[in-house]
Amino acid sequence: MTLHIPTTEAQACAIVKSVIDSGVPLSIGGGGTRAGLGRPTQTQSTLSSAGLTGITLYEPAEMVIAARAGTPLAEVERTLAERGQMLPFEPMDHRALLGTDGEPTIGAVAAGNISGPRRINAGAARDSLIGIRLVNGRGEAIKSGGRVMKNVTGLDLVKLVAGSYGTLGFLTEVTFRVLPKPERILTLAWRGLSDEAAVALLCTALGSPYEPFAASHLPAGIGAAQPRTLLRLENFSDSIDYRSRELIALLGAHGAPERIEGQDSVELWRDVRDARVFAGTDEAIWRLSVAPTAGPKATAAIAARVPGARWFYDWGGGLVWLAVPAGADAAADAIRTAIRPLGGHATLVRAPAAIRASVPVFEPLPEPLMRVTAGIKTSFDPAGIFEPGRMYAGV
Amino acid sequence: MSAIAFPIPDQSILARREEIVAGLATLVAPEALITAEDERRPYETDALTAYRRLPLAVVLPSTTAEVAAVLKFCGEQGVPVVPRGAGTSLAGGAIPQEDAVVIGVSKMNRILSIDYANRTAKVQAGVTNLAVTGEVSAEGFFYAPDPSSQLACSIGGNIGMNSGGAHCLKYGVTTNNVLGVTMVLLDGSIVEVGGAHLDAAGYDILGLINGSEGQLGIITEATVRILRAAEGARPVLFGFPTSEQAGAAVAAIIGAGIIPVAMEFMDKPAIEICEAFAHAGYPMDVEALLIIEVEGSDTEMDAQLARIVAIAREHGVKTVKESKSAMEAAAIWKGRKSAFGATGRIADYICMDGTIPTGQLPYVLRRMAEIVKGYGLRVANVFHAGDGNLHPLILYNCNDPVEAQKAEDAGMDILKLCVEVGGCLTGEHGVGIEKRDLMTFQFNPEDLNQQMRVRAVFDQRWLLNPAKVFPLEGRVAA
Ligand SMILES: Cc1cc2nc3c(=O)[nH]c(=O)nc-3n(C[C@@H](O)[C@H](O)[C@@H](O)COP(=O)(O)OP(=O)(O)OC[C@H]3O[C@@H](n4cnc5c(N)ncnc54)[C@H](O)[C@@H]3O)c2cc1C
Ligand SMILES: Cc1cc2nc3c(=O)[nH]c(=O)nc-3n(C[C@H](O)[C@H](O)[C@H](O)COP(=O)(O)OP(=O)(O)OC[C@H]3O[C@@H](n4cnc5c(N)ncnc54)[C@H](O)[C@@H]3O)c2cc1C
Repeated sequence: MTLHIPTTEAQACAIVKSVIDSGVPLSIGGGGTRAGLGRPTQTQSTLSSAGLTGITLYEPAEMVIAARAGTPLAEVERTLAERGQMLPFEPMDHRALLGTDGEPTIGAVAAGNISGPRRINAGAARDSLIGIRLVNGRGEAIKSGGRVMKNVTGLDLVKLVAGSYGTLGFLTEVTFRVLPKPERILTLAWRGLSDEAAVALLCTALGSPYEPFAASHLPAGIGAAQPRTLLRLENFSDSIDYRSRELIALLGAHGAPERIEGQDSVELWRDVRDARVFAGTDEAIWRLSVAPTAGPKATAAIAARVPGARWFYDWGGGLVWLAVPAGADAAADAIRTAIRPLGGHATLVRAPAAIRASVPVFEPLPEPLMRVTAGIKTSFDPAGIFEPGRMYAGV
Repeated sequence: MSAIAFPIPDQSILARREEIVAGLATLVAPEALITAEDERRPYETDALTAYRRLPLAVVLPSTTAEVAAVLKFCGEQGVPVVPRGAGTSLAGGAIPQEDAVVIGVSKMNRILSIDYANRTAKVQAGVTNLAVTGEVSAEGFFYAPDPSSQLACSIGGNIGMNSGGAHCLKYGVTTNNVLGVTMVLLDGSIVEVGGAHLDAAGYDILGLINGSEGQLGIITEATVRILRAAEGARPVLFGFPTSEQAGAAVAAIIGAGIIPVAMEFMDKPAIEICEAFAHAGYPMDVEALLIIEVEGSDTEMDAQLARIVAIAREHGVKTVKESKSAMEAAAIWKGRKSAFGATGRIADYICMDGTIPTGQLPYVLRRMAEIVKGYGLRVANVFHAGDGNLHPLILYNCNDPVEAQKAEDAGMDILKLCVEVGGCLTGEHGVGIEKRDLMTFQFNPEDLNQQMRVRAVFDQRWLLNPAKVFPLEGRVAA
């Protein structure tokens, strides 16, 4: 096992070029905390971003921050907080769920397109990612995008790289658009609703002018005995007073909500964001992306096929976190069959390596899209040296 | 103007014209195939009217299956294809070439379904941008990206160009508001990318398609996000003695944690032109104007405006004019949105579209004025101040070829200036033919080759809108 830790982009290029000649595939590591995301890869060497750290540009008035890929996420968030700003997409922390420790890096947030509850209002990580520098599989340093929000100059390779899990290249620097932190955050929590009623409530709220920034439903037994349906408002303080009043009136048919602020609210949403209720078990964990009203339909269909399945909803019902007993195929067939008629897709987030090696972790793609996917991989990485097979066999 | 080169038409394709037209005639209904020269004329250019080329033929299919059949045929025949929406591109993105078949989606203009609970609409690619909002506004919803051309331009063209508008400071551009597309590849295969859910599986191919300028395939349907409109919206005019003060006020507002829905900037020449046309009540004794729009309930808007006004005062604002009625609000926007049309009444102009870091605004405004003056021309500036997207309108006389060339040269100098200060060549109009040869200024050969290799995954032989985006020299395949 070789560990490469370049401290400059030029060194990273040289390492990649030398690897092409030897034909040894590379894992890409951020803080080295990488654990079971994606398919297990067979690599002898790791290319680490640990030597590429530091914030390279921060202009609060332009709402933009750039950092080398190995910069700890915590450092980026701390720097932003000093000026009352934040990453808009509320990136998830996988450590609790995956049972790992280490220092998550900003480059891997980009590489995984990791977004949390705020995604419904503020977009995904990919929507805020405005520029990248990466070393491709030819050992060339490439840039795409830049430091301005509006940019349609050429093909948007930034989006392709967001969520490619290191399979297209080694990110050396990423640039994000940021937003002001809200003055006040208030959570409204309704108790006792069924999944359908809860998602109907969330859809009504999200279709109102009062702009919830997060919308989740935790059924009975997920973190508490009673079901809880959660809406989060963020704004200036007096707006929160007004909007919460209006929302409660609008949703009056569902009963009166509890109001949660301060540390309790922060912890509640951290649990939702990081799927902490599924931490420390040996269940297989899936993430389903569906239209919000399809969420309860998907879970009902899965429950009928997979005894012992548990779940909760984020993104107004459109993101289902699902835990199933770890069986031979982590119920992959049953889950994908259940959601096929509804549209959407399923990703296996946590399971032992043997299962992740034997069932498709990412949703299988129809033939023409698989062909395009393989072509894109080859266009960045013709020798197939980066994270081979991490997303799809051969990609 | 004749500065921008087109590829030399392939004589072997021109020679086979009758055969190709006969082949197309077997694939679509007679009224969908346009071959007569006078009927092809309307398709010879787009909103970059200085350039025009008569296409080989024009096809206006009605279904995805027809698009697939036509595209497959053109692919097999090795005939270039130019996808077309409404033809409002300002970068020449939809201008054809003599050996190409234009495939237009204008007949595919139905809204297929609206899902209010999930806040999505499924539409055909030829639907106009404004029609989507029109369809859902009775329920209080809207489609967020709002290019000034929204009455005419199509959703397919918006995706092709990743269009923006005045309100994208808060709501994002097209790529942030499209969830899925149906797209036909050059071999005729039909792919669904994304859908009614938030994140698509696998690589973000949807993100790649947005802004791909008709180079990857033809979009026939799209699933877009619709949003619930705020309770109210109010634009306010702020007049500043200098551009520097207006620019500093924009930075300070954002620094204070306020993101208005729109912040539009106009300089003195633009104010004069727009006021003469729209009678919007713009102040005439200021050097720079900001239109700042806030949203929410009445009390929320009052509160937010009070904060904004206080900041504007700290930066020496001379006039503050709140719209007191829906009519006044409409007039304020009419002035801004008619900037292009109003300018067209007093002179010929070219509209540039670059983006800069907003901190560079005072320097860039000064340099732009110098550049244009250096060519002996005049410039009016309107732009999206919150995100630094500039639209200098360079005025000239199109009957004077020397002046026309100067206008084009001045425009190119301005775009280079945008890149030099850390910005980019185009914020929303696209590269098209217009900025194609400047791509080497923003990107080095490795950057460009990587883009072209990705492009070639979809189109090895460079048949899809081939004269656009990438310099004609040095093109690479996969
Ligand atoms: C153990 C663990 C802990 C996490 N903790 C957090 C957290 O606290 N906060 C948070 O927001 N997110 C967290 N995440 C989730 C997610 O945001 C990312 O996986 C990332 O932040 C983890 O950081 P890392 O540097 O350890 O990445 P790694 O686990 O090393 O890598 C994750 C993925 O990104 C790719 N990758 C990493 N760096 C690069 C690069 N420079 N160029 C290209 N591809 C790259 C890898 O190939 C791999 O596919 C965590 C994930 C894991 C696995
Ligand atoms: C007065 C005026 C104001 C404008 N204001 C703005 C503005 O505020 N913001 C802004 O962003 N733009 C603006 N534009 C530019 C233009 O309107 C946009 O670029 C618009 O998105 C083009 O849409 P269209 O349907 O006319 O597309 P076209 O001009 O027909 O085509 C544009 C590009 O998309 C491709 N394309 C079209 N349809 C498809 C399809 N179905 N599948 C694949 N590719 C396709 C074409 O090949 C071409 O490259 C303005 C233009 C004018 C004339």
